[in-house]
Amino acid sequence: MSIRVIEDKCNGCALCIKACPTGAIEVNEKLATIELDKCNFCGSCVSTCRFRAITIEIEKQAKEDLSQYSGVWVFGEQWRGELAPVVFELITAGRELADARKSELSVIILGDNLARASEELSDYPVDKVILCEAPELADYDPERYSRIVSDLCRDLKPEIVLAGATTTGRSFLSRVAVQLYTGLTADCTSLKIGEDGLLHQIRPAFGGNIMAEIVCPYTRPQMATVRHKVIPMSPKSSNGRRPEIVKLDPKPQLFGSRSKILEFIEQMESTVNIVDADVIVSGGRGIQAPDNFALIEELARSLGGAVGASRAAVDAGWIPYSHQVGQTGKTVCPKLYIACGISGAVQHLAGMSSSDTIIAINKDPNAPIFQVADFGLVGDCLEIVPLLTKKVASLRGVRN
Amino acid sequence: MRIAVCIKQVPQTTEVKIDPETHTLVREGVESQINPFDLYALEEGVRVKERLAEQGEESTVTVLTMGPPQAEAALREAISLGADEAVLISDRAFAGSDTWATSYALARALAKVDAALVFCGMQAIDGDTGQVGPGVAVHLDYAQAAYVAQVETIEKRTVVVKRLVENGYERVSLRLPAVITVVKEINEPRTPSLRGKMNAKKAQVPVWKAADIDAPEDKIGLLGSPTQVIKVFSPSHREGGQRWAGEPDELADKLCELLKEMEVV
Repeated sequence: MSIRVIEDKCNGCALCIKACPTGAIEVNEKLATIELDKCNFCGSCVSTCRFRAITIEIEKQAKEDLSQYSGVWVFGEQWRGELAPVVFELITAGRELADARKSELSVIILGDNLARASEELSDYPVDKVILCEAPELADYDPERYSRIVSDLCRDLKPEIVLAGATTTGRSFLSRVAVQLYTGLTADCTSLKIGEDGLLHQIRPAFGGNIMAEIVCPYTRPQMATVRHKVIPMSPKSSNGRRPEIVKLDPKPQLFGSRSKILEFIEQMESTVNIVDADVIVSGGRGIQAPDNFALIEELARSLGGAVGASRAAVDAGWIPYSHQVGQTGKTVCPKLYIACGISGAVQHLAGMSSSDTIIAINKDPNAPIFQVADFGLVGDCLEIVPLLTKKVASLRGVRN
Repeated sequence: MRIAVCIKQVPQTTEVKIDPETHTLVREGVESQINPFDLYALEEGVRVKERLAEQGEESTVTVLTMGPPQAEAALREAISLGADEAVLISDRAFAGSDTWATSYALARALAKVDAALVFCGMQAIDGDTGQVGPGVAVHLDYAQAAYVAQVETIEKRTVVVKRLVENGYERVSLRLPAVITVVKEINEPRTPSLRGKMNAKKAQVPVWKAADIDAPEDKIGLLGSPTQVIKVFSPSHREGGQRWAGEPDELADKLCELLKEMEVV
């Protein structure tokens, strides 16, 4: 690996100094010099230089013939035989990628009793459904799941593997990536095939303050986890073609694991799962007291949504952590986000500013939340929310 | 038992800007901190040590970070918060590491300290990947539990944890050695003690280079990283929209109309 300045091309304009995050560049007598002890080869200077005067050379190449890999796999995350909603979003993304590469789209499911899941997929534009069924695979196990998927990737050589950026998707696909020594990009919000034929993965970083475009040029499969709710769910197939069902017997010698699920404690209330919700009503410091969260919950219920919270409300002990939206909580992307009494600290905005529509209710007209809200209501949420709940309920009543 | 905690030094704020002229990250004048999730990991490591002591077992907490020389400050802070010793993994050869290469280097160092129980934060607030913890578990061939909200019991050979997942909690028993990544719910980190601060000041922090952890050049840094960042850019900026003021009843009416238009109601 080496970086150098081409003396003939550099005119000492110093743009690269500003670009360098590590302060490794100096310009003396109209020539840039790079202090190698500070440089981390990030490439910022290379893309900044208007004279193409800086080059980085990486002696890197593929260790195998990458053309033997083809097809797109979507990991069909399931829970007790039911597919996660994100799977249908991944089918949309996967279909586009497979078409662009003129290859097949497969959904691969690990579990037990998968008849219902595979039947559900038969209406979708998928070429193959790969089923790995065994009682040992009924529940997610990081070691077992990753070992089996790695083994199948080695055998069947997909070019691209996608999973939802769920707790399961993120924690097991990173294992697969390490086992296969290939790249994995977390929490992508957009995927496309570039002119180079590679999977170009776009993802937010720094709490959504910057976007990065990432490729995996020398190893296969190219893998990504994809954020929920960013890509629309796939429509059913229009041509009536049904996917081919392929049943693979997972090798029992791959079933070993050092962890065991003792119990599952389900939180049944629909108002809890903020990641999959289309509507989220969130409360912050302006809720003032734990009991007032009932007002938020009632509105959420009447809108068929989930209850979110700011860090302030969670830290005050008004509502459990599983509801927290933001940097140290969850990132959500609902169709509608109603922020009640939330001032909108950057850490909170990081978790919700990609929602389709944002409505904010806050007493303080200068609250930063109004800068991201499509509709900002200046007023006391403790007064407005219950009134709104009543009106929504009476509307529903009229219709029923 | 040797307990290890992996931490990362991250910018104080994620409110980073892109220079409109150079299209690169502006990082000037940004202070750094220990990644918030790693503070919970550290606290849990220290609490497990205290619990083991009550059960009559000796243990130590070693905190590790991979980063530039200035990351030593994060390690000293970790000692002030209860870690016994610290190791800085720092070498120019690590520059440009993605999650694969980072988890590899951390795993090599963890193998050297012979950790039986490794704590990490669920993700870092700058990269937001959550991939390094599970990656470390694979490189070390340890058991793994991610998104842990509680360590219920800890014994010589097993640990029982509660994981926070989308629709509830999962209680899982793990055979040691294991890697555990934690969520914020797991504890309330303590503030530095006076003794901790003094320990932090006088602690020797060894620096391990690639050769010290037997990490070959082609598995670390840019060379060992399967992924490449080819571009960074600013996301499309969200503008504030309409602003409504008035009596609560009026506002609730207007909002209800809006929800009807949006077909939410």
